[in-house]
Amino acid sequence: MSRKVKAFVKKISSVIFCGLVYIFLFLPIVVIIVNSFNATTSKPYQTWKGFTFDWYIKLFDNSTLLESFSATMTVAIISTLLSTAIGTIAAVGMYKYKFKGKNIIDGLLYIPVVIPEIVLGISLLTLFSNTHIPRGMLTLVLAHTTFSIPYVIFNVRARLSGYDNSIEEASMDLGANRIATFKNITLPVLAPGIGAGALLAFTLSIDDVIVSYFTNGQVKTFPLKVMESIKSGVAPDVNALSTLILLGTIVLVILTQSNLFKKAK
Amino acid sequence: MAKLTKHSFRSNTLPALTMVGPVTLWLAFFVAIPLIYVFIMSFCSLDSGYNVVFEFTLANYERLFDPNYVQIYITSILVAFFTTVLCIIIGYPFSFLIARTTSKHKALLYMLVIIPFWTNSLIRIYGWRSFLGANGPLNNFLKEMHLTDTPIQFLFNRGTTVLGMVYCLFPFMVLPLYTAIEKLDKSLLEASSDLGARGFSTFTRVIIPLTMSGIFSGSIMVFIPSLGYFFVADILGGGNSDVIGNLIERQFQSGNNWPLGAALSIILILITLILVKLYQKMGGDMESLGV
Repeated sequence: MSRKVKAFVKKISSVIFCGLVYIFLFLPIVVIIVNSFNATTSKPYQTWKGFTFDWYIKLFDNSTLLESFSATMTVAIISTLLSTAIGTIAAVGMYKYKFKGKNIIDGLLYIPVVIPEIVLGISLLTLFSNTHIPRGMLTLVLAHTTFSIPYVIFNVRARLSGYDNSIEEASMDLGANRIATFKNITLPVLAPGIGAGALLAFTLSIDDVIVSYFTNGQVKTFPLKVMESIKSGVAPDVNALSTLILLGTIVLVILTQSNLFKKAK
Repeated sequence: MAKLTKHSFRSNTLPALTMVGPVTLWLAFFVAIPLIYVFIMSFCSLDSGYNVVFEFTLANYERLFDPNYVQIYITSILVAFFTTVLCIIIGYPFSFLIARTTSKHKALLYMLVIIPFWTNSLIRIYGWRSFLGANGPLNNFLKEMHLTDTPIQFLFNRGTTVLGMVYCLFPFMVLPLYTAIEKLDKSLLEASSDLGARGFSTFTRVIIPLTMSGIFSGSIMVFIPSLGYFFVADILGGGNSDVIGNLIERQFQSGNNWPLGAALSIILILITLILVKLYQKMGGDMESLGV
């Protein structure tokens, strides 16, 4: 009996502990969502004035907010495509071939992962300023691609360990050239790793604050727009857009994950 | 035999170059060269119009010893330390329970740790500020319960900065811990208890040492970024608990003293290098920092 009680207490306390951690993780999200339905119209938009859907409609009249959203999406999509292409090809190349200086490339790959983002941000700022590349969309894409490439490579690499080279040889023996082999054999096998890497690159990009803060020029991405509005109080339409972005990301992940799952079979 | 030699005749130089070339150029141009620029700039001077001039000086490094700055380094390292310790204390049992649960919702429980991070981190930190603020839900609740008459000032101190850092970096502790704990071989735990070890000594002598790699990589991924997250210290610390990142940010924005900002960045680079070397010495695997 006492053993049963002990096991029960253990179970209950674990559930409570984990529950508290989840409350901690989701509390600010709840604040954001609740505030997106707040009818208040006076700064700093903190007091609850009743429930309304208005902000989800007004949101579409706020042109600077919509511009920031489209800037975020443009940067995220282009940098995801770039980093996924460069990273996937590089991961396969580094896996297949031995060459001098491979460990130097490896070392360089870890820098954006471990170094504080602010150092990456200011170092790119110094580069762009010294090479007179005007800061804007282009520099944002270059910066985001830079911090995304390592994550794509690591994800593809995880998929490559255990990859059997002989199926590529078989393909070439049967007369396929290197490009056809890469397209028809290598890519499908690596698809789940590439998908996971691309998804990570995309989510890192839409959420990035620090690197964008130093490389944006006049372009305001959504996180930078939020940063600007914090001083005067974040308006409920910003909360509404955040809620929609979160929903969109969840849908995107569910769609791609099940898709990847099918491909993995 | 003929087929085998046919392959070895194909040169590998061209495909290797086309596959690894782009990433090499990219990393050289956008990682290596910018860092070299920062290093050079840390020895540069400013002219009267706040323009950077390539005139060698050690003045930026001398200014790093300014007592006001030293105070911020200490605060920043304390904040990073408490953030890391709290992440371990909360994250370890949490990861353990999630990784070893027999529940059929295990995958969902894991995803629920990551989902909050798909919302912009700034707005989530701002969410904490709204929650803890003078007119926020917490103070309202305390007033309703007659526990306080005047709003309690929770915000703008070292504690709230640590709270924000823990909040932002928690998954970076949980993910490596989860991986390490999930890899634990059940039979080892059984062997330990078969040999007479009690729960506690199995934990300290078997489980902890076997999951140490997860603790190390989690600590690296929490400690280092927290030195740079200036926006957390801005929003929740209110200028009362600035981290090294705030100092750097100021030099590149309002302060307009890039060489000094570069020298301050060199401190962060050095701390990163030292910690990563230490991590590798303890047998840490670099790859587990990235995924």
